[in-house]
Amino acid sequence: MRYVLRLMQPPEPASGRYGPYGGRYVAETLMPALDELTQAYQESQRDAAFQAELDTLLHQYAGRETPTYFASRLSAEIGSRIWLKREDLCHTGAHKVNNTLGQILLAKRMGKTRIIAETGAGQHGVATATACALMGLPCEVFMGAEDIRRQAPNVRRMELLGAQVHSVTSGSSTLKDAMNEALRDWVTNVRTTHYCVGSVAGPHPYPVIVRDFQAVIGQEARAQMLEQAGRLPDAVVACVGGGSNAMGIFAGFIDDESVRLIGVEAAGDGIETGHHAAPLCAGSVGVLHGAKSYVLQSPDGQIVEAHSISAGLDYPGVGPEHAWLKDTGRATYGSVTDDAALDAFQQLCRTEGIIPALETSHAFAYLPTIAAELGPDADILVCLSGRGDKDLETVIEKLGERG
Amino acid sequence: MGRIADAFENARKEDRAALVIYLCAGDPDLDTTAELVVAAAEAGADVIELGVPFSDPTADGPTIQRAAERSLRGGTTLSKVLDTVRVIRGRTDVPILLFGYYNPILSYGEQKLVDDAADSGADGFLVVDLPPEESAGLRGPAVERGLDFVPLVAPTSNPERIAQAAEAATSFIYYVSMTGVTGSKAVDLASASERAGTLQRELARPVAIGFGVKTKDDVATVAPHVDGVVVGSAVVSAIEDATSPEAAVGSVRELVSELAQGLSRQ
Repeated sequence: MRYVLRLMQPPEPASGRYGPYGGRYVAETLMPALDELTQAYQESQRDAAFQAELDTLLHQYAGRETPTYFASRLSAEIGSRIWLKREDLCHTGAHKVNNTLGQILLAKRMGKTRIIAETGAGQHGVATATACALMGLPCEVFMGAEDIRRQAPNVRRMELLGAQVHSVTSGSSTLKDAMNEALRDWVTNVRTTHYCVGSVAGPHPYPVIVRDFQAVIGQEARAQMLEQAGRLPDAVVACVGGGSNAMGIFAGFIDDESVRLIGVEAAGDGIETGHHAAPLCAGSVGVLHGAKSYVLQSPDGQIVEAHSISAGLDYPGVGPEHAWLKDTGRATYGSVTDDAALDAFQQLCRTEGIIPALETSHAFAYLPTIAAELGPDADILVCLSGRGDKDLETVIEKLGERG
Repeated sequence: MGRIADAFENARKEDRAALVIYLCAGDPDLDTTAELVVAAAEAGADVIELGVPFSDPTADGPTIQRAAERSLRGGTTLSKVLDTVRVIRGRTDVPILLFGYYNPILSYGEQKLVDDAADSGADGFLVVDLPPEESAGLRGPAVERGLDFVPLVAPTSNPERIAQAAEAATSFIYYVSMTGVTGSKAVDLASASERAGTLQRELARPVAIGFGVKTKDDVATVAPHVDGVVVGSAVVSAIEDATSPEAAVGSVRELVSELAQGLSRQ
């Protein structure tokens, strides 16, 4: 958090700006709820009992801290020393639970009696349903019909956990549309309902809240690198859809100027085809889902559909803090195609016995590019944000198409 | 005073509420939109809210979502909407409030939009996802060019936010009747109208009530309490149900004249 103070004014409680990005572009109906959430969040940050309860849940329930692991066989193939922050070992199989445990605790504290969430790959939906089951709150998850098709196992999981999954058929039937529908529900039920946003996107204070709840990734990883490698990494790499796992791991290293922060977006069929999900690399400044950031849009300001093999990255926007990190140069962003992500997926399975999520595979697919620049003596830390069991059907189908 | 404030004033002199009709520009096509505006004005609409379609209309229910999708599929852009306003201005003086979401405006350029909108003959802006905190970049230039900026007040707005909206308003304040999206059912319009009426007295500014007003009876429920009443989804539904653009114009003419019968306070 210190970098926030140094590089810029801290996010204004009233507007939540990161430079020109962020803010609150929402219907008036929601504005008081965002004020209420901001205040409740700030109070919870100062409340030792709240923090202790969250810490206990993260430790005893979610399985933190997660290990950092030196991937020697992968390192040999990539050509730099590769370290993996094992968020795939979190309960529910991805980093998403760090945020949902925090937000659902907060919702209870605020007296909310109903939880809604959007989900793309289903990981955030599962993590929200899990936290709701744990804390005894009803949960409804909005998910694009297309994502329900390609992430069927996660739909079953959410249902087993007691959540109601709503199929969203508007627009492209993916994450963007699920978020639209969640916002429509929230505007209708705002008095009783907490909207558990899954990424560092959305109106203020969500980008701050989600980053802070995910910052545990970077804080642990920094201490683990110092202990296990005896030094800080030269680069920290994470995939970026909305950008929550990336913000979480970046947060631990943002004041370490020697550490390069690298986000990897989904290039889909290739940036040049226009079928991608890379707003930071190939989008422009706009407003989507309550915040100003980079978005994919037509020349007339209509949001265009994103394309990625990975449902969790298939989103035409990105968190506003990433936009600011890009503009200030503190982080850099690259992109990799569906094909490259599939190759990296198989490589990690083969070399390390770890099946990564397709989202995460994008970060791995960018490693050769970074290693080529940094060389064999570099330590590169990758956020292994989630496990890939949910993606097996998609992967087998795509590999079948390749023949 | 601008055309919108004049329309509210004229209605008040006639001891009735002003009728504000929402139309989604480009649904079914922009030529028909011009015909629909003219027909609605002739049938008794005092102000037209001309919807600029957006790909992600998070404050709208299914009816207006579908209208926006149809319009965008037909290639509607903000620039073409302004061309249509110019066409309409050759035929009627009915005040036109451009109604929409912020991203197409940001993409067009706020100052350029204000200039082009003023030149086209539009009368103001209502931007659903632009609360007072974020609105300076559009409101400032708009007011300078004599265009209206219409803020929203919701049932959840606290006194500070209501005061902020009153401060930002240049003609009327749009009161959202309920927590929800456009076109929702089961609105308790009677109590919403009373709240809006109280607000209008306290702020000493015209208030129009919208969301969930569908029929002549709904209009009659609202009219005694506030200076304006907005009907949107019901009009859009009539257009959606029509078998041809000509039939849509006929249906809207009929619906608006029926709605107008509920406006009187006598």
